[in-house]
Amino acid sequence: MSAIHFNDLTLGYDRHPVVHHLDGEVRSGELLAIVGPNGAGKSTLLKGIAGALAPLSGSVGVNRKATRIAYLPQAADVDRKFPISVYDVVSMGLWRRTGWLGGVGRQDRAAIEHAIAAVGLTGFEDRAIGALSGGQMQRALFARLLLQDAGVILLDEPLTAIDAKTAADLLDLVRRWHAEERTVVAVLHDFEVVKSVFPQTLLVAREAVAWGASTDVLTPDNLMKARRMLEAPDRAAERCPRAA
Amino acid sequence: MLYDALIGPFVEFEFMRRALAGSVALSLGAGPLGVFLMLRRMSLVGDAMAHAILPGAATAYLLTGLSLGWMTVGGLAAGLAVALLAGAVARTTALEEDASLAAFYLLSLALGVTLVSVRGTSIDLLHVLFGTVLALDDATLLLLAGIASVTVLALAALFRPLVMESVDPGFLRSVSRMGGVTHLAFLGLVVLNLVAGFHALGTLLAVGIMMLPAIAARFWTRDVTGLIGVATGIGILSGLAGLLASYHLGLPSGPTIILAAGVAYLFSLLFGTERGWLPRFLPRRHLEA
Repeated sequence: MSAIHFNDLTLGYDRHPVVHHLDGEVRSGELLAIVGPNGAGKSTLLKGIAGALAPLSGSVGVNRKATRIAYLPQAADVDRKFPISVYDVVSMGLWRRTGWLGGVGRQDRAAIEHAIAAVGLTGFEDRAIGALSGGQMQRALFARLLLQDAGVILLDEPLTAIDAKTAADLLDLVRRWHAEERTVVAVLHDFEVVKSVFPQTLLVAREAVAWGASTDVLTPDNLMKARRMLEAPDRAAERCPRAA
Repeated sequence: MLYDALIGPFVEFEFMRRALAGSVALSLGAGPLGVFLMLRRMSLVGDAMAHAILPGAATAYLLTGLSLGWMTVGGLAAGLAVALLAGAVARTTALEEDASLAAFYLLSLALGVTLVSVRGTSIDLLHVLFGTVLALDDATLLLLAGIASVTVLALAALFRPLVMESVDPGFLRSVSRMGGVTHLAFLGLVVLNLVAGFHALGTLLAVGIMMLPAIAARFWTRDVTGLIGVATGIGILSGLAGLLASYHLGLPSGPTIILAAGVAYLFSLLFGTERGWLPRFLPRRHLEA
């Protein structure tokens, strides 16, 4: 069963394509890494899946009724100066249950504490988010993801500027999600991490360069090809002949 | 002696009691809104919106004279129109919200001043700019109290999405479509309270009772609920102190209320326990961990 379906998907800004004519599907429960050079359209693709960016043409299909999407953007635009505690930020993950006015009951509090413990932040509950290090903040955002209990989890460069111990802990959570048969799609740069944790890889450079088993995709030939495909955007670009 | 200074004026004069009730009502609504404006780095937005409501109130004044109801409706309409237009432009063009808001409020202010000067005398203009806190009649007091009640209830309902929208707007967008609604409802409350404040204090000072207590509160606590409590308290005390000062010294009451809030801010800036100036210079040893 497919969790995410791309049908001739083109995403971009001001009519310039950043993800160009992508076809394919991510199967339910798959653990997929998206890799590619800077500017290859990785973050744009995640935004498209999350529904934060409308396609220029084609479509991306997610069964939103059956699956909820949790999306952790690259450098999430969290206002770190806002006076709010780790506990309260993590508890935002329960929004779908609590909504505007719903109370946070004993079960919910147990779930929040459990999530905080799972990311190793026990003892930091009352700490203001402004006093957290980058790695601790990322742990808190992962705790919030845990509470969202989503079927599809999208992570945009979750391990950037994160130390080795934190990265290992967060990858353990990713493995756990995979074991729970959730679909996880993550943008990553570290090929060693991709090869050891992510069975599937999509290599993009505006278009899909290769998509399949990670060891088959991450070959020197493919990577060289990806780098060559990303020239500067052509300001005088003609209308794409492939556009319907 | 103390009785004559602090309580006597309110016992003796009904207009003082009315002014006090009005300024307490204002503080209850405006204080919490000011806290959120400050935390969302929108401290100057209140100022812009206060200017934006002028043409609505002025048009109503030109058409109906000094009518409480119509000037309220006019001010609300102008303020909400500017908020909606600025929001729509920010969402659909390259302009950020601050730039589009600046454009619309300046346009609105120029229109308002033109309208007031077409027919009004300078006394009318003074009324619009500086309010009449010492001449609050029953209808105005009820309006102030009603707006304060609506504001407190609406903020209670909006509290959770408003905090989420302030801390992590992208996250709220990913789990709910309420982000935009929350933002607009919040701006609507700001306009509503500025219109309330403008009956008592005038357009230019209405924003003072909203922002100064909130900004002063930041020097005493970091917690959002604490900030709301402290800001509301400072607002109420400023109203009391400002009215007394204006009574004893024979000064105009609207500006003295804001001056009292300003003194509260300066005091907090100097002595505030949350990174005020003086505590910086008291050497305290750092902790072990």
